[in-house]
Amino acid sequence: MAEIELNGVTKAYPNGVVALQKVDLKVADREFLVVVGPSGCGKSTLLRLIAGLETLSGGHVLIGGRDVTRLEPAQRDIAMVFQNYALYPHMNVYNNMAYGLRNRKTPKPEIDRRVRETACILGLETMLERKPRQLSGGQRQRVAMGRAIVRSPAAFLFDEPLSNLDAKLRVQMRGEIKRLQRRLGTTGVYVTHDQAEAMTMGDQLAVLRDGRIEQKGSPLEIYRRPATAFVGGFIGSPAMNFLDGRIEEGGRKLRVAEMFSIVLPGAGLPEQEGRNLTVGIRPEHFKINGNAASVELPVELVEPLGGQTLIEVLFGKKIVTVSLDGAIAIKSGDRIPLSVDPAQLHLFSLENEVRLDCIAA
Amino acid sequence: MEKRVFFEHRLTPYLLVAAQLAITLIFFIWPAAQAFYQSTITQDAFGLSTTFVGLANFERLFSDSLYLHSIEITLVFSALVAASSLSIALLLAAMADRVIRGSSVYKTLLIWPYALAPAISGVLWLLLFNPTIGIIAYALRQVGYSWNNFLSGTDAMILIVAAATWKQVSYNFLFFLAGLQFIPRSLIEAAAIDGASPFKRFWTIVFPLLSPTTFFLVVVNLVYAFFDTFGLVHTTTAGGPAHATEILVYKVYRDGFVGLDVGGSAAQSVVLMAIVVLLTAIQFRYVERKVVY
Ligand SMILES: Nc1ncnc2c1ncn2[C@@H]1O[C@H](COP(=O)(O)OP(=O)(O)O)[C@@H](O)[C@H]1O
Ligand SMILES: [Mg+2]
Repeated sequence: MAEIELNGVTKAYPNGVVALQKVDLKVADREFLVVVGPSGCGKSTLLRLIAGLETLSGGHVLIGGRDVTRLEPAQRDIAMVFQNYALYPHMNVYNNMAYGLRNRKTPKPEIDRRVRETACILGLETMLERKPRQLSGGQRQRVAMGRAIVRSPAAFLFDEPLSNLDAKLRVQMRGEIKRLQRRLGTTGVYVTHDQAEAMTMGDQLAVLRDGRIEQKGSPLEIYRRPATAFVGGFIGSPAMNFLDGRIEEGGRKLRVAEMFSIVLPGAGLPEQEGRNLTVGIRPEHFKINGNAASVELPVELVEPLGGQTLIEVLFGKKIVTVSLDGAIAIKSGDRIPLSVDPAQLHLFSLENEVRLDCIAA
Repeated sequence: MEKRVFFEHRLTPYLLVAAQLAITLIFFIWPAAQAFYQSTITQDAFGLSTTFVGLANFERLFSDSLYLHSIEITLVFSALVAASSLSIALLLAAMADRVIRGSSVYKTLLIWPYALAPAISGVLWLLLFNPTIGIIAYALRQVGYSWNNFLSGTDAMILIVAAATWKQVSYNFLFFLAGLQFIPRSLIEAAAIDGASPFKRFWTIVFPLLSPTTFFLVVVNLVYAFFDTFGLVHTTTAGGPAHATEILVYKVYRDGFVGLDVGGSAAQSVVLMAIVVLLTAIQFRYVERKVVY
């Protein structure tokens, strides 16, 4: 059990790519932190630096209060689950799991007990004699997990471990990993590019973009108050809509896409008077048949999902996605009245994409 | 969809392979048949009359202590060449794998020795080991070893093993390097996290995963040491001193062309042919299989 701390961690590869820039991050003991970001943003690099598979260009890594910056991977007491599983192809499941224990000179009966116990937890009891190539994708995934669990390390590191599985198995495994981590109480860092995985699995989320942490918080905090337009667009599905806006009337009103105006909550944004900004609206925050402030918009496309209906409407020149509960009798070509609760608007500065909050009254 | 070429005339395909067939017939099948035929006859001293003797040549061969000795040193020689060229190549490849990962300049440089004719490699090493002017012989004298490959059978054996090994290392190196680069990096990293030392990672992960390559190379190197080293022996030790380096391929030549024992020499050729067939069969049986582990 241990907390993990990154202080000013920077990584520049020999070819000049700066994969991480002054990253500060803290994972509390027993916490499950999910680092999420688009491909190439430095997620794997972050994990490999914690594991000791890459050397830092600057900063420090602490595990359980101990500075491990200069230690070998073996001395860091961590276990890692790789995207391609990295199972030893010439060893059977038993030996794959026992390998790390043998290297640490664990007594034989102890190894046997722990391997069998782990296999039992993961439902692999009957596969111990099989080679990795005789297993299905989901089973390989479990063995990779088993190899990590069996050593009871101070922390688990996961590098997109579910990305090679089919959609159904992915949903099942993400629940399983989460339950397992809770039960074992081991600190975990999990990286993924999949925002749904991030939202459902993380106690805490860190959104990474171009080698910097853009925001850190609980999944709901990040969903409710994205710190930047990037975070707003990345977290949540279907993705947030972005429209042009302008602040008017001493900061009290917001004019959206030159089509309609909304009264901002509280005292509004007096400092932004007359300025243009970006308005973010989540598809699920639109309401149909709303109040007087609603606008009639033409429907381009309807995607009924059963429990939910996705509608694409033409908002000026932009296509905007609207998500409504239930099955709704609308067809393309119809005009529908839409409105938004002003409290659920997200406003971002045009210059630096940073969130702007209305002043309380 | 199967792609096939159709010829207008039925004879055209045969015409196209005729050259290849002719070469095979003239240079492989015909000499092989000759060897079989000659292994069953004896000639008088002037080559004027021949007598059919059945398997007598083979009987004579396997009761000849010099021939048995030749088999013995061939086995020693081949084992030494295969073992040393493989281990040196593996060591070099493991070191190169860390550094280059893809850079082809080193690979090109390292393959050069392989392009040399065996005889030239032999002369090169003969000069290096020459008791009077050779730089290695000189260095050995400095550390107190009096080197003389013209007098000492052991020294002569070391000389041909060194020359044969050197020529083969580059070939093995390339295969090992390719094999190493085929092993996913994450396996080595997983082993590092699992607490294995670099040495242990090599022996428990890398080496087992290289086993298909290693097995293939063992066969190739044995074939090389058995059959491709005539030029090397001929230019360096000529089988001497006192038959100490007279390996099987060289003895065929000595007995046939110098000793003029055509029947005995032909019988030896047949034995060598049998060994080639055996090694090739092993090769096909095991190496052609894709997955060995
Ligand atoms: N070994 C390496 N050498 C050079 N550049 C690398 C190396 N590994 C990753 N990078 C670069 O660093 C950046 C971050 O990579 P990575 O951490 O793998 O991203 P992610 O896992 O988020 O997709 C990318 O631009 C990638 O090209
Ligand atoms: Mg990655």
